[in-house]
Amino acid sequence: MSKMNDMDPAGAVLWAPHDAEPDMIATRTLGFWLYLLSDAMIVASLFASYLVLNHRMNAAAGPTAGAVMHPLTALWETILLLSAILAYGLSLVALKRKDRRGVLAGFGVACMLGLGFLVMEGHEFADLALRGAVPERSGYLSALYTLVLYHAVHIVFALLWTAVMAVQVARQGFTPNVVYRLLNLKLFWFFQGFIWIYVFCFVDLTGALHVH
Amino acid sequence: MLVHYPGPWTPLLGRLALRQIPYQNPILVWTFVLVVLAGALVVGAITYTRSWTYLWREWLTSVDHKKIGVMYCLLGLVMFFRGFIDGVMMRTQQVMAVGPHSPGYLGALHGYLPPYHFGQIYSAHGTIMILFAITPILVGLMNIIVPLQIGARDMAYPYLNALSFWLTAAATGLVMISLFVGDFSHAGWVGLIPLTELAYSPGVGVDYWIWAVQIGSVGTTLASINIIATIIKMRAPGMSWTKMPIFCWTALSTSVVGLSSFPVFTAAVALLSLDRYAGTHFFTAGLGGNLMLYTDLFWIWGHPEVYYVVLPAFGILSEIIPTFSEKPLFGYMTMAAASIAIGGVSWSVWLHHFFTMGAGPGVNAFFSIASMLVGIPTGVKVFNWAFTLYRGRVRFDLPMLWALAALVLLLTGGLTGMMLAMPAINYTVHNSVFVVAHFHNMLNVVGFACLGAINFWFPKVFGFKLDERIGKRAFWYFSAGTAVLFGCMYALGFMGMPRRLDYIPFPSWRPLLIGEEIGIVLFLISSYYLVKQLYVSIRNRAQYRVSGSDAWGTARSLEWLAHCPVPFYNFAVQPHINVRDEWAWRRQNGLGQTAPEHYEDIHLPNNTPIPLFIGVLTFALGFGLVWRMYWLALASLIAIIAAIIARAFDDDPGQTIPGERIRRIEAGLAGVLEGRVATGDVVVGGAVAFETRATKAAPRARDA
Repeated sequence: MSKMNDMDPAGAVLWAPHDAEPDMIATRTLGFWLYLLSDAMIVASLFASYLVLNHRMNAAAGPTAGAVMHPLTALWETILLLSAILAYGLSLVALKRKDRRGVLAGFGVACMLGLGFLVMEGHEFADLALRGAVPERSGYLSALYTLVLYHAVHIVFALLWTAVMAVQVARQGFTPNVVYRLLNLKLFWFFQGFIWIYVFCFVDLTGALHVH
Repeated sequence: MLVHYPGPWTPLLGRLALRQIPYQNPILVWTFVLVVLAGALVVGAITYTRSWTYLWREWLTSVDHKKIGVMYCLLGLVMFFRGFIDGVMMRTQQVMAVGPHSPGYLGALHGYLPPYHFGQIYSAHGTIMILFAITPILVGLMNIIVPLQIGARDMAYPYLNALSFWLTAAATGLVMISLFVGDFSHAGWVGLIPLTELAYSPGVGVDYWIWAVQIGSVGTTLASINIIATIIKMRAPGMSWTKMPIFCWTALSTSVVGLSSFPVFTAAVALLSLDRYAGTHFFTAGLGGNLMLYTDLFWIWGHPEVYYVVLPAFGILSEIIPTFSEKPLFGYMTMAAASIAIGGVSWSVWLHHFFTMGAGPGVNAFFSIASMLVGIPTGVKVFNWAFTLYRGRVRFDLPMLWALAALVLLLTGGLTGMMLAMPAINYTVHNSVFVVAHFHNMLNVVGFACLGAINFWFPKVFGFKLDERIGKRAFWYFSAGTAVLFGCMYALGFMGMPRRLDYIPFPSWRPLLIGEEIGIVLFLISSYYLVKQLYVSIRNRAQYRVSGSDAWGTARSLEWLAHCPVPFYNFAVQPHINVRDEWAWRRQNGLGQTAPEHYEDIHLPNNTPIPLFIGVLTFALGFGLVWRMYWLALASLIAIIAAIIARAFDDDPGQTIPGERIRRIEAGLAGVLEGRVATGDVVVGGAVAFETRATKAAPRARDA
């Protein structure tokens, strides 16, 4: 321990020549990763709740997973969402070329596909609700709606954020502030795809298998 | 979608009506009168001294980590007082309502508090003390000290920092307004399920609890993100991980715990609010709800939260004890490792809060052993502190007294914790006041550490020490109160007294209840001295002024290299770190006074009122949701999103402070510290002491 504090003071550098300014984009991205971790914990809690409540007892004589899941619809939703994310990812390839028009085109495609995903999912759940399978029906349906709609709300915010970024890219070009937001938004889109894969596997596919 | 609940509702005011104002309750009416008088006094004082612009410019819109930290601490101390008064009321009720012949006053059958009111008080006491008193004080201390200890100019995200604070303040505002508009939850700070469900708690009390803790926990999660990123990204050149002060290690560990556990709480409370607002069945007693799901989710957050508050306290002890032992901290590496280990193991112990729920011997055994494992890293810490004291030149300054008493409390609290980790014992004392005594014992470790930290770092922020003589008096009364009150409570726990009783059926418990009342009176005397200490010290601040950067003469870590009080830019030139205890090393080698040779321009962010606006809007959102004024909630939500988007279009270029101005401020500071400049007129408020000077000098600097 004393070794740690026994440094020769003669000729030691006491002051940094300049302020050590950490790389702004890297710092902002780190913070966003940390936010994603916290959001992942919320999603994990919702998944835990879903897996606990995905039981015949918690369906309270109402519909169970096998009755409300349509894996084929979910497959189309998956294709739409992952294509939206791919479109956003490709628009950041255009960012590397500083191609403003290419970035905006990618945003447009991503938003259209994302909107398509939302419409399809909205249709699916409106259909469920019309058939009486509303979240107030049972603990199981509460967990199902909450988990899937939590993801959908994120997609709404991803669309809103992409629209805001489209305005910023068009108005300000690729300033460091705009670029770090574009990178964080990429993380956000990818994170939604990541969660959706889990929803697709553990809600739609296992639901259709009549596991419980 | 929205549920039906009993009682009238209007589109404009929601459930709010005149009869929701508890004007028939004399206790609340007098509290209200007191609050109004105190508020009028504060507002009058600010107006009289024409400080509104000063307050707005220097504090409310500030993004300076020190000022935000001070505001956090102030908020926490005010709420600490509120929670303490709740404690006084509970003790008094319990000592009055013993046996069937005890008299009743103010509409109560026994004592002076009807059961429903008593339930609100213990729920408010727990919620406030943990989430709105201790947590803000600790976040505030981390805010002030972590950037200074790592040689940074500010946190990684100064704007987010202000936002976290104002969210916490909004949540606190909701708790406070529940006193006078409506009522508060009566279901305990843990939100006992299914009591919190709409069917059993149709009023707005549980809604107040839900939205207060929900907003507060978002604020704390954001603060955790900020502290982690600050420690990872902002360390001064040369400060490798193993040269980082130990308080930063605990701040890092605690923030990782906070970041990963608070979202679970957010989820648990969000599901509960869906039950109450949208009629879902997550935790209801019928239609497929699962009560244990809530209890598990709550304690998956709840237990890490306990370590969230205790880890920074350990960090504080690790800073105070070496300073007043005049020795380096013993076992730095094991201390850092133990901090991380405690944070890690905090995740695998939550079930010990409900061993009696019947999870089976296998599950109970796992969580029992995991809980006992906590004792290993904590034991490492206790021994490290003991070996730091061993053959040190121990000085009993005020911060050291608080720290040493915290060590004693940690021993008793830790050992009773070991007892509770054994399911066999736990079955016997479950839900008894023995458990209450244990966790008050542990939270008192945190309280003692906080009070020690406030005394320890006060001169760093404000430039003068707190009065030692009055402070010691406060310390001894506080310690005596702790010993008497919780000693009696441990004994009552062994005698089988359940917690949360508003009426005590056995007169044989009365002597110990009187002992508890004596304890709380000692706490009252102590709080008088704490306020007096603050008042006297501020009034006679010139007399308590410290000279030089090291207020205690034997401090070790980097924050003591900066001036007392710290100027708004922290360090005139960022220090280059050579060894672990950089300041002690510089002092011992005669480098303590070595000033940098030249000053460079400093870049700092501008102040912004947007976090304050978002805080106010969040308060409106919470209030609207509590009273189901859906238009208000929706309007606030849209306004919050609009404010965030507006901020994204308003890129803050920041301000550049020219090196020449820094040089001039530093030269002036040297004069102040040598006593050449009169110091009586120095404004209280830390960094502000020099800021007013600097703002006066600013036009000149710009003209030149």
